[in-house]
Amino acid sequence: MHQLYTAVFEPGFFASAQVHVAAAIGGIVAVVSAVVGVFTVMRGQSFAGHALGDVSAAGGSGALLIGLTPLAGFVGAGIAGAGMMDMIGVQRLRGRDLATGIVLGAAIGGSALFLYLGTTTGTATGATQQILFGSIFTTTPGTVTAVAALGALALASIATIARPLLLATLSTDIAAARGAPVRLVGLGFMLALAVSVALSSLAIGALLSTALLIGPAAAALRLTKTLPGALATACLTGVAATWLGILLAYDSYYWGPGHHSLPVSFFIVAIIFATYLASGLRAARRQAAVPVAAAADRDRIAA
Amino acid sequence: MTDHTRAAATPEILHVDQVGVTLAGRQVLDEVSFTVHAGEFTGLIGPNGAGKTTLLRVILGLQRPASGRVEILGRPRSPRHQPIGYVPQKVLLDPDMPMRARDLVALGLDGNRYGLRLPSKDRGEAVRAMLHAVDADRFADARVGNLSGGEQQRVLIAHALISRPRLLLLDEPLANLDLRSGQEVIALLARIACEQQIALLLSAHEMNPLLPVMDRVVYLAGGRAASGPTEQVVTGEVLSRLYGHHVDVLHVHGRILVVAGADAADEAAAAAGPVTGVG
Repeated sequence: MHQLYTAVFEPGFFASAQVHVAAAIGGIVAVVSAVVGVFTVMRGQSFAGHALGDVSAAGGSGALLIGLTPLAGFVGAGIAGAGMMDMIGVQRLRGRDLATGIVLGAAIGGSALFLYLGTTTGTATGATQQILFGSIFTTTPGTVTAVAALGALALASIATIARPLLLATLSTDIAAARGAPVRLVGLGFMLALAVSVALSSLAIGALLSTALLIGPAAAALRLTKTLPGALATACLTGVAATWLGILLAYDSYYWGPGHHSLPVSFFIVAIIFATYLASGLRAARRQAAVPVAAAADRDRIAA
Repeated sequence: MTDHTRAAATPEILHVDQVGVTLAGRQVLDEVSFTVHAGEFTGLIGPNGAGKTTLLRVILGLQRPASGRVEILGRPRSPRHQPIGYVPQKVLLDPDMPMRARDLVALGLDGNRYGLRLPSKDRGEAVRAMLHAVDADRFADARVGNLSGGEQQRVLIAHALISRPRLLLLDEPLANLDLRSGQEVIALLARIACEQQIALLLSAHEMNPLLPVMDRVVYLAGGRAASGPTEQVVTGEVLSRLYGHHVDVLHVHGRILVVAGADAADEAAAAAGPVTGVG
């Protein structure tokens, strides 16, 4: 038994301050990403979520260059990017891809410049790795407070606008006819999305933030019938994947003879991907069982 | 079928007065006027592109008219929430949407409000009763995205009705339904309009399925409208005036066919040049 325990948890896992910070930030970020992600997938704004990750990368690398913390850059650029996408026309279905693509292109250009300057001037070694692939193990304990505050802000925003947001997702005309401020609600959601993506950029990197945003949400939407069920499933999946990823990355130090830790982001994303594939198998099996009755009903009506 | 005395006796819910709309420099609606009363089934009939959806959007306050006004319950419509239920033509009901039929109906109660709400017994009961009223109990717990077109239509009607509107607007509800489901939906709507004394305005490009239940018709063509009892409006004389060319109205086995008259066909043929073997 003890042998199994030490095989799963390599020495010092629970005592490590780095692990504590990583688990706290990872947990918060996973919950925020899962909740925001469910709405993102329902609204078909996954591309916008991905683009905001690239915008965050530009902000994070720019912030490092001028001596700010990456988190400040992630959040600042994300919010500016979300505002710009809204202005260009993200709220119209056909304008969405266009607005997102334009902002995304500009952001990647910015990242290219900032990361180049950052690495050539040598003030911030490893900046590229840190911004694009995350820094959950090197984050300072002080950052946890900021992450918790921003996470609470994003969740509170979503809770406030949840119902009109859902209504507008179904039909902007129904929502507008009922007097809901569709445009404002859409902008509010984009800002919450920007904050969520900024937080996951800090945890698993700007490039991979989409995985944590979309993966658990998409798996949950395949498995549950109700919104509360989908939110709970996405949160559990996201937190489990993140914590398991942290454990595996910690353990990986002891795996090979070279004593190199493998990147935590890789493990988290791999687990999420596997979960999504597994959810597809389960949903497919359930679909094969259910619609027989539904189809029979339909035939009866048509007959 | 058509009862003139009742129309005069029941309260006036909607009054559209001389409404004109110009979109991108084109006059879409021109001095459109009509009235809808409580408990009445009014068909908004016209060919594709006649401005039916635009007119519904004006009534809902989603489109500002260039001229004229819309009164609801005797008062000019305000930007605030109106006692109007609305079933648009297209609603995105993805199979992935984590929403059961009963959730979508519950959203009709207070979907425009902020903050979270806890489930309550009263709400659950109201939703259950509404689902029963539209004969949707059977699939109350199914995902809306997995329902058939006719089933989705029922759920959307329940969603629109649960906030107890005085006026229900439906944009081409029959467009994507097979004949049988369409008839079921129409019968359901006629029953609800009568039972709950709701004024019902339903747009359609094909009027025949509505003939058994329609109390009044608003016929839209060429941006202009004529309204009244079906047999007074759907005549060759009135429709020719709307279309701006000669139109014949034929009654065949209880169905009404509106066909371009001989003059119009001749004019079209003349404009197109000599054609043989047409018609």
